[in-house]
Amino acid sequence: MVEAVRAALAFTEPLWGWAVQSWQWGWSNFDDPVGPMLAEHVLLSYASVLIGLALAVPLGVLSVRYRVVYPPVLGGVNALYAVPSLALFFLLLPYTAFTPWTAILPLALYTLAILVPNVVDGLNQVPDHVRQAAVAMGFGPLRRLLRVELPVAVPVIIAGLRVASVATISMVSVASLVGLGGLGGVILTYGFARDFAAPVVVGIALSVALAFATDGLLVLAQRALTPWARDRGPARRGGRSARRRIPGTGARAREEAAA
Amino acid sequence: MNIASEVASWFAQPQNWSGSGGIPVRFAEHVYYSVLALLAAAAIAVPVGLLTGHTGRGGFLAISLANFARALPTIGVLTLVVLGMGLGLTPVLVALVALAVPPILVNTYEGVRGVDPQVTDAARGMGMRGGEVLARLEVPMAMPLILLGLRTAAIQVVSTATIAAYVGIGGLGRFIVDGQSQQRIEQILGGALLVVALALAVTGLFTLLRRWVVAPGLRRRAAASSSTAS
Amino acid sequence: MRNPTRPAAAAAPLLLLLAACGGGGDPYSGGGGDGGGGSGDAIVVGSANFPESTLLAHIYAKALEAEDIPVETQLDIGSREVYHDQVAEGNLSVFPEYNGGILYYLDPEAESGTTEETNRAVRRELPDGLAILDSAPAQNKDSITVTEETAEEHGLTAIGDLESVAGDMTLGAPAEFETRPQGVPGLKDAYGVEFGGFRPLEGNLLVEGLRGGDVDAANLFTTNPAFTTGDFVALEDPQNLFGSQNVTPLINKKAVGQDAREVLNRVSAELTTEKLIDLDARVQIDHEEADEVAADWLSQAGLD
Repeated sequence: MVEAVRAALAFTEPLWGWAVQSWQWGWSNFDDPVGPMLAEHVLLSYASVLIGLALAVPLGVLSVRYRVVYPPVLGGVNALYAVPSLALFFLLLPYTAFTPWTAILPLALYTLAILVPNVVDGLNQVPDHVRQAAVAMGFGPLRRLLRVELPVAVPVIIAGLRVASVATISMVSVASLVGLGGLGGVILTYGFARDFAAPVVVGIALSVALAFATDGLLVLAQRALTPWARDRGPARRGGRSARRRIPGTGARAREEAAA
Repeated sequence: MNIASEVASWFAQPQNWSGSGGIPVRFAEHVYYSVLALLAAAAIAVPVGLLTGHTGRGGFLAISLANFARALPTIGVLTLVVLGMGLGLTPVLVALVALAVPPILVNTYEGVRGVDPQVTDAARGMGMRGGEVLARLEVPMAMPLILLGLRTAAIQVVSTATIAAYVGIGGLGRFIVDGQSQQRIEQILGGALLVVALALAVTGLFTLLRRWVVAPGLRRRAAASSSTAS
Repeated sequence: MRNPTRPAAAAAPLLLLLAACGGGGDPYSGGGGDGGGGSGDAIVVGSANFPESTLLAHIYAKALEAEDIPVETQLDIGSREVYHDQVAEGNLSVFPEYNGGILYYLDPEAESGTTEETNRAVRRELPDGLAILDSAPAQNKDSITVTEETAEEHGLTAIGDLESVAGDMTLGAPAEFETRPQGVPGLKDAYGVEFGGFRPLEGNLLVEGLRGGDVDAANLFTTNPAFTTGDFVALEDPQNLFGSQNVTPLINKKAVGQDAREVLNRVSAELTTEKLIDLDARVQIDHEEADEVAADWLSQAGLD
């Protein structure tokens, strides 16, 4: 038994070594460069997702109002999503140089492929009787949209934001190939270029932690924004029934939209 | 306009179509890496998704691992494996598989979980065993979602396989990375267009596959419940 | 050392989001360099995103700081195309450069020459607002490098010795090496050497590739600490194909005053190739942090 534990420890020793070394490196270099690059990572990814949302909501609203708009919009954002990020960063470089826009613009465009379908689905699943009730109360189209339809769509939109933010946070690092990648800079310049695993591990770990923390924040935001859904909490956790009630929000909201 | 004609003439030049650095070879390399990564990812994710979905056990763990993999920065995974193992195709494949597993796994799991329990109960009542229920009922019914997961993964892999060029192997990323260091914008654009074309071809392929593999009744239902992107 | 500009640069997009809501004009006029606001007269030292460049930037910044000249840093910027423009526009004031690198960037067809010839040519070619200061003796040149094993097997000491064997070899180098005049075409013109294959690789990947046998020869930089292990041999370049690559500060004339120029010239005077290799090795092999290594050397050299 003791032998087995010892063997297991010996086998995983390089891993432990890495973990300890990475922890030490990350800790002793937090002031510079780890902390500032983490801050850059947060701001690049959050700005991208927020700009993406600001574009996706009007596009989604238009697509629901005028059905003919939706197929071309969807085709467009899906085609954009297939453009390799590296190419977009390189192509923007002459225009936006090392301003954060070189990273933010492509990343914001990528989020559209996830966010637009979710905004559309969210608006589509507003029950007719709710819409009619709003009309009966004398709400005009704009007020109905802002006060009734978008709030009802919030859970689906936030589901999209969760996918988009995780994808964006993991993709920011690619921009470090043009010198702008937040934690990607820790990975490439401080780690890979020096043949040094510790900064690479630190960069990966912080990027994953940031993605999870952001996801948690969005879950909290959803609770705060949809107080009416809280009483039904257990029923929603049921998964199956929830999915049937809101078509196309289960696995689709989680993964498919990315296509 | 000017740049469009430069890209057009890049595509028109015969020397860009021949030799080991030509478009056909780079395209084939790109498809090769992508297919390899997708097959490896499917070989991991589909069985795990089916099993966890069917038994209902370990689902939380599997989905959590998938979410973890999805949060991994591809550049980090790639460079870490290069530091550990040296150059070659393996680091690229590891990074791409890490990218492709989550959508396949989550969709397969959700597909099987989403089968109406009344239907599986009925099948059991008719004397089907666990394995039979999975093979004859759950897999066909989950097929639309499984394909969706594979398609999502395939498109992400095709677009991300460009980073293979960064660690010195081939594929369409070569046009993009080398175009950047040689300051040839038309070549970067040409490479990007080829990647988009490949992604569109993948989308078309999965649309066909869906017609072929998914039972007609399910197709109608799935289309009604999740008006898919295509 | 603190790096005050980076968070400021990163904050800019969010500020911009707010500004955009208010219908602002062009809030993003500067780069990251002056993003902090109110620090307009500080000297901004930039660096490219490879370790030696970062190290040199730290050395410049700390030397200036020691003379109470206000300094900020903007490190890890990508390619030369990007940072040259930023120095010209004044978003960066000082950049650690290599004289030959500047010259071939400004004029890809330029002849290679001695340090003085190269600097004369650079001064002629540089646009109005830019200047170079004194070059350090330290050079970081291109090379054609093989493993010790390969060198012994084929009796290689100079690039020309490759003429008869290169046909069966693969050369690893950054992609631009394949087309630029001092690269693959130059090898053919100056030495009649034509490699059988070419594999585009950069930085650390070249070392990995050469060590793992993925390539037979590599275009490594001569200060690469991989040389300190003794496994690699840089072949001699008697035709001076690769020219001079002395460490040379590129400055924005307006942003760098006379006192700062003198400080940087004193730094350059002390920096030899041996010293630079030694400092590089501490950063890249011993994994010490660049700012500490920089501070250490400055105090050894009496420049702090």
